[in-house]
Parts: sequence; structure tokens; C-alpha cells
Amino acid sequence: MSLDVAALRRSFPIFSRQPPPFHYLDNAATGQICAAAAEALTAYETAGRANVKRGVYRLADRATSAFAEARARIARYLGAAGPEEVILTSGTTFGLNLAAHVLEERVRAGDTILISRLEHHSNIVPWQMLAKRRGARLRALDVTADGRLDLAGLDAGIDRRTRIVALTHCSNVTGAVTDLAPIAARAREVGAVLVVDGAQRVPHGPLEVTTLGCDLYALSGHKMFGATGAGALWVRGELLAELPPFLGGGEMITRVTIEETAYAPPPHRFEAGTPPIGPALAMGAAAAWLAELDWRAIAAHEKTLTARLLEGLDRLPGVRIHGPRDLEARYGVVAFEVEGVHAHDVCQILDGFGVCTRGGHHCAQPLMEAFGTVATVRASLAPYNEEADIDALLEGLERVIRILR
Amino acid sequence: MTSDLYHRRIIEAAKRAREQGRLAAAEVTVTRDNPLCGDRITLDLRLEDGRIAALGHRTRGCLLTEAAAAILTERAPGTSPETLRRAHRDLRRLLAGEEGDPVWPELAVFRPVVEVKSRHECVLLPFEAVEEALAAASGEAS
Repeated sequence: MSLDVAALRRSFPIFSRQPPPFHYLDNAATGQICAAAAEALTAYETAGRANVKRGVYRLADRATSAFAEARARIARYLGAAGPEEVILTSGTTFGLNLAAHVLEERVRAGDTILISRLEHHSNIVPWQMLAKRRGARLRALDVTADGRLDLAGLDAGIDRRTRIVALTHCSNVTGAVTDLAPIAARAREVGAVLVVDGAQRVPHGPLEVTTLGCDLYALSGHKMFGATGAGALWVRGELLAELPPFLGGGEMITRVTIEETAYAPPPHRFEAGTPPIGPALAMGAAAAWLAELDWRAIAAHEKTLTARLLEGLDRLPGVRIHGPRDLEARYGVVAFEVEGVHAHDVCQILDGFGVCTRGGHHCAQPLMEAFGTVATVRASLAPYNEEADIDALLEGLERVIRILR
Repeated sequence: MTSDLYHRRIIEAAKRAREQGRLAAAEVTVTRDNPLCGDRITLDLRLEDGRIAALGHRTRGCLLTEAAAAILTERAPGTSPETLRRAHRDLRRLLAGEEGDPVWPELAVFRPVVEVKSRHECVLLPFEAVEEALAAASGEAS
């Protein structure tokens, strides 16, 4: 059955509140909040606010239960073995930094950490910092000319000294989806831990994270139509039980004396301090709402729109796409350049058409370098986008080309 | 409408920037990045008798950065560092929406940028680079 996009759009408050024309194509930066998440956030902040895991009064008890339910909803969306495998964080960046700290003891001088040129800075810098702290070497898999991970370098990239492999599940620039199976198999052969940046994958439907072969999986709530400020880090249960705590403080302990501390069991030992409760509830609400959608219909809809966009860009003079053409190997995150025109100038003119796109390096400077550029324009799709959004973008680009090329 | 930014005089200035080159003999060279987009200007400065003798640059940036670099490069030679700093100050005031004519009237082309805060850094990048170059030059002199 085809997707009822109009009905889906009614589940996102922004579309009735932004004056037209409004064509939001910056979903890779942040998705719009769905009504279910917005209601969860405001209901908690205005009618149900109390700290979690502390009070015994009814308001606090309800907040604690709602927080636990949010974790369970996120765990179900991810296909985790249970909610105890899900650490609630402030977002993907925090999750990846947390991973880089709790895995630190596994890395010794001379070991290697493998990342790639396709990564967002948040999946590069924490590993660079870890490598420096431990005297380890950082290696990077290359990208293909069409912006996919080049798995030809996998056997050489992962060897007996490789302790950590950290890769994206879906590029925030080219939309390329990583085939994790061969990477997971190779990492397993040498006993390396596989960390996956799932920020761009999670808005495109529920996962079976335990079947991906990875050990840690980081995500953000705001990219999957929740509020900003919450995210999660899934860690395979057996590994999680072995990891040392990260930040110290309240809520991550069972007993503290002046001399020492007994830590709470996972995932609580990784959640020091008051968590972002409202955003976490919103993320849980978004996960539960998303889980009920018809993802077969959404995938077909997103592919149709992506094809329309790629074909439309191909017809425009001087436009060069950075990303794979195979619709089965990508999501609707499309980066391109207009020859002779800077990405910011393109985005600025598109804004005049009500088209919201992103221009710049997309926090992926090593990838820009590989493409021989400093900035691209990026249009990124979500289930609520429609043909009119693509057509407005293409019409705006025709104007860009007329004015500036 | 934001495409008002792209009026003829800005586009023409940006084109001139692409024809301006680096200095063969620079006293000071600085490179400055715009962290928003990775844009970069490499700017050369030569002083003579305490005045700006010549500026050169290579700018890898948007039209606004290019246009600002072009105007700066055209106006700076023969002026004192104080005038150049004043032009920078006037440009900041103009972008903040303040009334008054800038010391270099050409800078008024950037008035439409007032409304687009995210692009102010693009216009200012060449001026920040030249300030850095002046500071480096005076450091070397002392």
C-alpha cells in the first residue's frame, strides 16, 4: 500500500505552523519533532516533572517509570536484547565519546584503531584523542569515487593489532549505507570491537541491532523525530558487563564511602547525574510511534523521492552529485555541487524559495578533501517529504544557475 | 528575500577577487578559516613606511567572502593600518544594522547581509585576516 504522506505530515506540528513555502530538506542535520514526542516532552516538563531514580512520592515514581519505559521503547526500536543494553546519553557525539573512554583500557601502545574517510567528525576526533592518549595508531579506510566505504582496504586495515573499528552505518554526506557484515566478520576474526555510528540510519526504520555484528551502536533522538538533547548508546550485553564506568557522580553508584565506590549495574553506571529526562521521554515516544509505521511503504516512498532528486540534479547543467546511484545502497541524503558556485550561495538562494538545505563541510572535512572540495550542498529526506519539496529544490537550483553560474 | 544578497555589485566584486592574486614578495602571510564552512583565505601583506603597500590573497570561499576580499584588496594600498582597522570596525557596525556611512563607501554593498546573521562571518573573514597580518607585522617590527 502506498504511503499517505498528507496524513504523516499531520503528525508533525511544524507543517501547520510554518508559513508556506516550507520545504524542509535538512533532515540529516535534525529531523522535525513528531507530535507524539512533542507531547511527551511538554507533558513531562509542564505536568509531570520530577527527578528520576530518587523520590518516593508519586510524581517522582511516575517520572522514574516513564524514564524506564522510554529506555524500553528505544531498546525495542533498536532490537536490543533488553533495555539494560541501552545507555541513555545526550546524543550520538556523547555516545561515541563515551565509547572511546570505556574502551580505552583495551588499547595499548602500538595497537591500531580503524575509522574511515566517510565519518562525521564525531566518529573521528574521539578516536584520534584516544589514539594519542594510548600511543596507538589511527587508520582510515578510503572511500570510493561515488562516496561509499571502500571495503577493498578491509583486510589490510584490520589486523591483529586492531582493537577498535569505528564506522558509520549511513554517511551523513553521501547517504551510502555501509555493508556491516564483512566488516563485523573481519573484526571478529581479530578480536576487535566494532562501534557503529547509527545517527543517520535510525530515522529510516526499526533495526535488528543484535544481528548487525557490531558491539556498540550510537544514535541521537533528534534525528529520529524526537527532541534535541537525548540519544542512546547500545552495547552488546556481554561487553557492557565488562566495561568500566565513565563519568562519576550520582545515579551511577550503589554505595559511596570516602575511600571507594561500588558502581551500579549497567546501564546505570554509565549515566552519572540527572539525565535529559524530557528529551529521553520524547525519544522513547518517537521510537514507539515510528515502530508502528508502515516501513515498507516509507522505504518505497523515500526511494521514489531520492530517484526524482537524483534524476532532476542530473538534468541540471554543472551539477555534480557525490554519492552512490544504486537506490538499494543508500538513503535519501544527497550531496552535490554546482560548478563555479559556492555551497553557501546555493543554500542562500534556495532559502528564498522556502527550501531548507545545508551547505558546508557537514562535519566531514576528510571526506571533502577526498572529493577535492571544501563544501557541498546537501538535501536530506525524511518520510514526510513529498514531491513538491524535490520540485521546489530543483526549481530553486535552476534560478541559482541563472543568477550565479 | 535572501537572494537580494546577490545583487550585481556583489557578484561583480566576487569576480574581481578571482583575478586578484597572491603577492610575489609578501612581508607577512596569514591563513584564516571560517569554521562554519571550511572556507579559507590566505592573505599576503606588504607595508612601506608604516602604510599598506600591497595586499594579495587566495580566497576559497563564497561570493560574500570573495566580494569582501576584493574590496579590501582594492582599497587597502596606500592607507594606514588605522584606516584599515576603521574600515573593519565600520563593516561590523554596518552588519550590526547601525546607521552611518562606512569609511569605504563600497562596503555598503553588504547591507543586505544584515538580516542574515549566519553569513556575517563570511563577509568579515578577509578583514579578520588582514588584522591578523597587521598584528603579525607589528610583532615582527618590535
